[in-house]
Amino acid sequence: MSLDIAPGELVALLGPSGSGKTTLLRVIAGLNAPSRGHVLFDGEDATDLPVQDRRVGFVFQNYALFKHMTVEGNIAYGLKVRPRATRPSRAAIAAKVEELLAFVQLDGLGKRYPSQLSGGQRQRVALARALAIEPRVLLLDEPFGALDAKVRKDLRRWLRDIHHRTGLTTVFVTHDQDEAMELADRVVVLNKGRIEQVGTPEDLYDRPASPFVISFVGEAVALPVDVAGGHVRFAGRELHVDTQGLLDGRARVYFRPADIAITTAGAGELEGRVENLRRTPAGVRATIAIDGYDQTLEIESALDSGATLGDRVPLSLANARVFQDHPTQTFPDAGEGI
Amino acid sequence: MSDAIADIRVRAPTPRVGARPVTQDAPLARLLVIGIAVAFLALFLFAPLAVVFVEAFAKGFAKFLTAFDDPDALAAIRLTLIIAAIAVPANTLFGLAAAWSIAKFSFPGKSLLITLIDLPFSVSPVVAGLVYMLVFGAQGLLGPWLTAHGVQIVFAVPAIALATIFVTFPFVARELIPLMQEQGTVEEEAALTLGASGFTTFLTVTLPNIKWGLLYGVLLCNARAMGEFGAVSVVSGHIRGFTNTIPLQVEILYNEYDNVAAFALAVLLACLALVTLGLKTVLEWRHADELAGRGGRRH
Repeated sequence: MSLDIAPGELVALLGPSGSGKTTLLRVIAGLNAPSRGHVLFDGEDATDLPVQDRRVGFVFQNYALFKHMTVEGNIAYGLKVRPRATRPSRAAIAAKVEELLAFVQLDGLGKRYPSQLSGGQRQRVALARALAIEPRVLLLDEPFGALDAKVRKDLRRWLRDIHHRTGLTTVFVTHDQDEAMELADRVVVLNKGRIEQVGTPEDLYDRPASPFVISFVGEAVALPVDVAGGHVRFAGRELHVDTQGLLDGRARVYFRPADIAITTAGAGELEGRVENLRRTPAGVRATIAIDGYDQTLEIESALDSGATLGDRVPLSLANARVFQDHPTQTFPDAGEGI
Repeated sequence: MSDAIADIRVRAPTPRVGARPVTQDAPLARLLVIGIAVAFLALFLFAPLAVVFVEAFAKGFAKFLTAFDDPDALAAIRLTLIIAAIAVPANTLFGLAAAWSIAKFSFPGKSLLITLIDLPFSVSPVVAGLVYMLVFGAQGLLGPWLTAHGVQIVFAVPAIALATIFVTFPFVARELIPLMQEQGTVEEEAALTLGASGFTTFLTVTLPNIKWGLLYGVLLCNARAMGEFGAVSVVSGHIRGFTNTIPLQVEILYNEYDNVAAFALAVLLACLALVTLGLKTVLEWRHADELAGRGGRRH
């Protein structure tokens, strides 16, 4: 795989377990060696550079704080182990530690040991420790994975803030797509050791490049269709989708639940039966069984859509994408559809 | 939760004082079991230990002290200390290296290595001594080569050191391997990313994390090194004043019916045992904390 990261970017490596995202991060850091290929920092080949010399700040999944050292000891470590020639004076190190403690909002906790801190606090110490060496790149491996939801939300906001203030090129690994979409300038979607797509969150939502991306990032419904001579047919009806570049044969049409609606005017591309109808603050939520599709979909609709329980309603599709069926198609564990 | 909690009356018979059939037996059974354990310990452990001290001072404190005027006894003490000073550091280094490789790397033959480390525990110490005789003895494998070069291994200090190293091989390694395996490599990786060299990482990150386990292993290794009899007996040649350690000297004195002197030296070993036991208990305390990952306490 090939990846270019611009200076100052905040990039997310997103993918399911086993997709290789942590391995990629470790290769950048120098903790794992690639079997082939190169890693370049600012154009220089760093592939053979040992991890100590790469000046990367790495924040591990479970923080990896030095448990027998105080918070101050942890943060100062990177500076204390420098060779005498480049090591700052003790006063300078102490000042830097104070500065970083304030930066991560842990003032006054310097003398504590990691076991005396909460998960969120430990995470911030790990970050401060990585920043102490003034790295060129900041790498975070599932930084918020081990924390509960509320703390995670706060820390996400905080990481975005830190990125603004430091301007460091940052790469972080996550399997949580909300996190990737919320934080990153660009997202790299990985699957089974390959890059599926690289793009901004908007690119991923609006222009997904493969069935995997559309199913992994956000929810998607996949309808099996037949392509013949530029026409796409599903359950005997024709769907209006872009068939550019498609070969005849089996394919799938992907769309998001928000892209299907009950048409009030005339015939729609699909038809379905209203199995259930529920009021929501904004309108109604209808559970529709689409003809030819074995799962039901929940569709949000306005109050005046005219749907009643048991009715057959026409449905229109927007933003649908067709992808050819390949025998080696891989899908996220959740499977296709909702 | 509903607010409508009714007034609930529970009707249950109150237990009558004195009528407790089931619980009555438990304290008795407990006392019995504890009693048996204590009796066993008293008979087989405390009594012999006490006898050592009693016999040593049987003819008075002055006679006890003359045992230490004997130059052979002093030589034995000196030799024991020298052997410990050789065997313990050697096995500590080996144990550290083995535990480090096993915990941090995977390599072919790893499980074989782990099994081999336990070998000295399963082999009889006499057999261990015999093996060294067969390799380094005059009729042994390397015998002719050693004689030709004027190197004396068996019936001299080198053989005693080797035999002691063999039997105390596993202590430090066995203590450290599970400890380091549990701790994993992640703190070391963090240190590397922060710019520390491999050696600095070892000194500043790995060692502090294993210090109690290491101390514990060293303590056990030392106790065994000083007290080893079987293997050392085979290779030493029992040359008074030169190749007798304290345990060997005790045997010689006892066989010569010099009870007080024998027990006087034995008192030294008994004291070593008690000190080891005490330190071991303290370390088990701290050690258990470390394994549980609670590092908050100032060490």
